[in-house]
Amino acid sequence: MSTPTVAVITFPGSNDDRDALRVVEAMGGRGVPVWHGDHDLRAADAVILPGGFAYGDYLRTGAIAAFAPVMDAVREHAAAGRPVLGICNGFQILCEAGLLPGALIRNRSLRFVHRRVHLRVETSLTPFTRTTEAGDVLEIPIKHGEGQYVAEEATLDRVEAEAQVVFRYSTPSGEVTEEANPNGAMRNIAGVANEAGNVVGLMPHPEHAVDPDVGPTGGQPLFASLLSSLVGADA
Amino acid sequence: MKRRFEVLVTLKEGLLDPQGKTVEDALPRMGWTNVSDVRVGKVVEMTVDAGTEDEARSTAEQVAAKLLANPVIEDVRILSMEDVT
Repeated sequence: MSTPTVAVITFPGSNDDRDALRVVEAMGGRGVPVWHGDHDLRAADAVILPGGFAYGDYLRTGAIAAFAPVMDAVREHAAAGRPVLGICNGFQILCEAGLLPGALIRNRSLRFVHRRVHLRVETSLTPFTRTTEAGDVLEIPIKHGEGQYVAEEATLDRVEAEAQVVFRYSTPSGEVTEEANPNGAMRNIAGVANEAGNVVGLMPHPEHAVDPDVGPTGGQPLFASLLSSLVGADA
Repeated sequence: MKRRFEVLVTLKEGLLDPQGKTVEDALPRMGWTNVSDVRVGKVVEMTVDAGTEDEARSTAEQVAAKLLANPVIEDVRILSMEDVT
């Protein structure tokens, strides 16, 4: 059985790309660095769009990056049903690219927030949550100024009905409350999937929550899920 | 023929505009108690080189719709167009 490969795209301004590559390797996969000007994903099994400030986040977060040369390959990868994960700025890019519903705007507080949060898993039917169960609570850090998830009410209703909400901000015991919402996200949404479930974006940083020596390990299940889905192993 | 466009991008009505709210909240402290509904947007200026006015306007509209605004959260409209001499 060959080692699953996960491409991590570096845009000008990405700054969590190396952490993502490191975590993929630490969890047993092979990380494949890809540049934003590349036209393919080097035949990788999955792709991660990492955190940072791609193209300076000028105009809107992720707006210019959504049209980077490599994004054609990401669209093809997504359309083929293969796993795509957007973390923080990567989530913003996937929304701008139209690969995920909704958008991310300035936090309601207008402040950059950086702290640990708890996420309730809402569905295990994605490649990134298949080893979890709905209702599980993961502790993962956030660090963003523009993480308030918004969409039109009709879009939100559809996303809920199709079980595309993947993570919600919650209390440590899994209650979805206003106090647990760090940025004003509508319906406490921290992460969503596309209709097919293979494209997922979230504002929190699972790649910063894997090594028990430096904090919580709530990010581990996402990478374990991804790698297990790539080797076809049962969870 | 070059024409200069001004394009206005604003957050959709109904979406809370945190920047507008913060500006609004500062006004009473400065003595204005009769100002409300402050919204913050942005203006983009650009020059379009095209044969006809229709072509230029069409290009500006496409740029506005495809890149300058995100239709999920923003409205966009052309404020003005003038010939560049």
